[in-house]
Amino acid sequence: MGNTIIEKIIKRNTGAPTVSPGQIVTVNVDRVMIHDIFIPFVAEKFEEMGFTKLWDSDRVVLIYDHLVPASAVEDIRHFKIGDAFVKKYGLKNIHRNDGICHQLMTECGYAKPGDIVFGTDSHTTTYGCVGCFSSGIGYTEMASILGTGEMWVRVPETIKVVIDGKLPDNVSSKDIILRLIGDLGADGATYKALEFSGSTVEEMSVASRMTISNMAIEAGAKAALFAPDEKTAEYSEVEFSDVDWIYGDEDAEYCRTVVYKAEELVPVVACPSQVDKIKPVSEVGGTELDQVFIGSCTNGRLEDLKAAAEILDGKKVADFVKLIVTPASRKIYMEASKAGYLKILAEAGAIITQPGCGLCCGRAGGILTDGEKILATNNRNFLGRMGTSKVEIYLGSPKTAAASAVAGKIVAAE
Amino acid sequence: MEKFTGKVWVLGDDIDTDIIIPTEYLALPTVEDMKQYGFSPLRPELASQIKEGDIIVAGKNFGCGSSREQAPEIIKALNVKCVIAKSFARIFFRNSINNGLLLIENDQIQEKVKEGDTLDVTLGESVVYDGREYPIQPLPQNLMDIIEAGGLVEAMKKRNGVK
Amino acid sequence: MGMTIGEKIIARAAKVPEVKAGEIHTVELDRLMSNDGTTHLTIDMYHNDLKHPKIADKDKLVFIIDHNIPAENPKTAEAHRKMRNFAREHDIAFYEGKGVCHQIMVEDYVCPGELIMGADSHTCTYGALGAFGTGIGCTDFLYGMVTGTSWVMVPETIRFELTGKLREGVYARDLILSIIGMVGANGCNYKIMEFAGEGAHNLSINERLVLCNLAVEAGAKTGIVEPDEKVVEYVESRGRKAENLFVSDEDARFEKVYHINLDEIEPVVARPHLIDDVVPVEEAGDVKIDEAFLGSCNNGRIDELRLAAEILKGKKVHEDVRFLIAPASNEVYMQALDEGLIDIFMEAGAMVMNSNCSVCWGSCQGVIGEGEVLISTGTRNFKGRAGHPDSYVYLGSAATVTASAIAGKIVKR
Repeated sequence: MGNTIIEKIIKRNTGAPTVSPGQIVTVNVDRVMIHDIFIPFVAEKFEEMGFTKLWDSDRVVLIYDHLVPASAVEDIRHFKIGDAFVKKYGLKNIHRNDGICHQLMTECGYAKPGDIVFGTDSHTTTYGCVGCFSSGIGYTEMASILGTGEMWVRVPETIKVVIDGKLPDNVSSKDIILRLIGDLGADGATYKALEFSGSTVEEMSVASRMTISNMAIEAGAKAALFAPDEKTAEYSEVEFSDVDWIYGDEDAEYCRTVVYKAEELVPVVACPSQVDKIKPVSEVGGTELDQVFIGSCTNGRLEDLKAAAEILDGKKVADFVKLIVTPASRKIYMEASKAGYLKILAEAGAIITQPGCGLCCGRAGGILTDGEKILATNNRNFLGRMGTSKVEIYLGSPKTAAASAVAGKIVAAE
Repeated sequence: MEKFTGKVWVLGDDIDTDIIIPTEYLALPTVEDMKQYGFSPLRPELASQIKEGDIIVAGKNFGCGSSREQAPEIIKALNVKCVIAKSFARIFFRNSINNGLLLIENDQIQEKVKEGDTLDVTLGESVVYDGREYPIQPLPQNLMDIIEAGGLVEAMKKRNGVK
Repeated sequence: MGMTIGEKIIARAAKVPEVKAGEIHTVELDRLMSNDGTTHLTIDMYHNDLKHPKIADKDKLVFIIDHNIPAENPKTAEAHRKMRNFAREHDIAFYEGKGVCHQIMVEDYVCPGELIMGADSHTCTYGALGAFGTGIGCTDFLYGMVTGTSWVMVPETIRFELTGKLREGVYARDLILSIIGMVGANGCNYKIMEFAGEGAHNLSINERLVLCNLAVEAGAKTGIVEPDEKVVEYVESRGRKAENLFVSDEDARFEKVYHINLDEIEPVVARPHLIDDVVPVEEAGDVKIDEAFLGSCNNGRIDELRLAAEILKGKKVHEDVRFLIAPASNEVYMQALDEGLIDIFMEAGAMVMNSNCSVCWGSCQGVIGEGEVLISTGTRNFKGRAGHPDSYVYLGSAATVTASAIAGKIVKR
């Protein structure tokens, strides 16, 4: 019998002769990512556990992003503890202000096709975009991996998602994942892996796939995988022939299959305050906005900035509406600068910030207050995430966001 | 098997980690400093009302969202004895086990129980409410090992020979 | 008896032929600027403390959100919203995230000879264009807003007769810090600092902005550079008219006259926690830094960005240093994008932030922690200004700040 992608990755990693859902296995971790919010806790637990050295310092990546630039004096403590940990344990892979952790993990080649990677952040599922099994864990578990290089996992069942056809111009991969989360529910893929295929997926850029993998956790998924193709190989700087074993077999067993026709998809938004409260933009059209945010590990990439720039070119953000743009990484910022997108966005009146998590994690970068409404391209609209519990957060695609910034209310791009 | 009785606080579906502890408090130095803000976006007064040994009964997908381990730690620091929910999000589930916070999956009791009621729990066996018994699924052995060690830190200490 | 520049501006605003230092006059204001530091308080007073609230002339008002943008907490967001809604309701010119207030005022409003009050101490910046700008509190602002007028006590004028030219590697920032070091942090308390002479005319508009901006740090009510053709050229290039170019009369009375030869100015830093504790950069000692900041209403314009880019090009920010750069306005940012400066900063590992006040006053971005050292082109080095109460701020020129960011410690370029 065949295997799903995640089963194949686990099988190869563990050397187990067979792998099937429900089985509990111990995997050898290829790479781990820790970010600034949790490094103090990881460091403390690591030493409390009695470890004196990292299992493999090359496999550990530390990224400061949630607290960059620091908005409170306590934030600095996290950097100091992180820096001390780097020195003490000889950590080489550290990024202090290069952008969001998930963007950097694939962009810098830390997470490659076929790898097993864990991170102290729920959106670690992102690296599934290159065919990597990656998932979020807590800091205690991270501390134990740092010492042992191992982690137990329950082999998950896989839900197969097939999308075929050509997406309408104003629909992007964000709309696909939002629609899927709406259909599955916020817990619809809990403990399970998602596997994406179909001609729409094949046509997609790695960046668009990243948006989908990134948000899979919002349906509860443990991982969200795409079979690598030539585009992936180029992006991840690997030989395609080395990763062409990563695909779901025809006769693999899936617990469920969900099928979409791309032509039938429409721009959607997640309405306050649940990620699975999905409505077509047409149904909430006209909702007046105070702010629009384009950024995050979900949608702060070059193609997202490009999409926004194309819509905003020669236009102005509506009066009394703020558009905040936060590129996902330093590299993306520079590419967007060279391509002229930043100039277009700035001319339209956007506020362009330093790359980082920014507003998405709710610590700074454009916090709102009671009764204010925002349309954002990030991954969560939980109660209180961007300010008070009376802020209304809508999630949508960069195209929807840019069009809405011009209109001052929620509208789909034309 | 351990038995206990506790007073119930009722919460709904999809109680996410931003509700359990909002991001703005995550840079506070300790969980003790943070715990007063537990559940604050939803019920600002709840953290101060919870008493030692109380039980949280919630709907589906409890703990969804971020990997922040402060979420189970805060619930534990508030001295909540256990959380009974229809289902738990997976990172939260792992974090809870690793910190020794007791989680019980049950999807029937939510319709019966009201806030302020009391429940009787027998670990690994059942929850009893109003004379009716609701069975509990036992945890797999590898998780019981971690719980029996007193959480993952203790398990690793044992492995590393730390007293 | 003749008048100084400041006296002439006050006389014009008071609609009287002549004023003398020490007199109190009611003046008609040409413009009132308020930012998100205090506007919400002004609005509260407007609604709560006035029987018949009314705005005298909404066209004279400018509201600018710059201090905490983007907002870092709901309280800030609430203050911003109050300001935004008020501006919307009363049709007041409103800027949000478009730049530091004084930079926007210079770009879009200030004309020579005008009397402008701003609810921010660095309103004295406008003297670079031959205007009288001065900082006020929100009660004074409210009075100005509802009456269009205010009262002023005519200050004494202290004249700084400048000769020569700044040498290469020495900047207006070094000049004004040196002057403050010389006269002391209260050396010009309630006075007008008037900058004139051939040396003053050698300074560019940008250099004059740097100079006047820090006048308040010597305690001055304002700083004014004798306006000339460069002012006319700048103001006209911005589509405004340059009338009322006042210069001091031959027989004007100055409380004191200082003679400063620009050729003698050296690169300096102001040491924590006093702005008048000014020493040559080499004498600062071996000071390791944690953060460097290039920006603010004092030093975040295109000239400083060009200078920083020239120094940074092909180099990297020291790994132990966070180097934050905030262009003074969106316009400056766009120009820097066009000139490729932003690319150089990003390539070097600096953080380029949106235009705001941020690090200069330890607000929403780039605060420093306990025991940390910041070298900054900001306006102040008061204890705790940029973050933790136990932290240290040195002030220096864009060149010193950038060179230090590369070296990891305070160094001269």
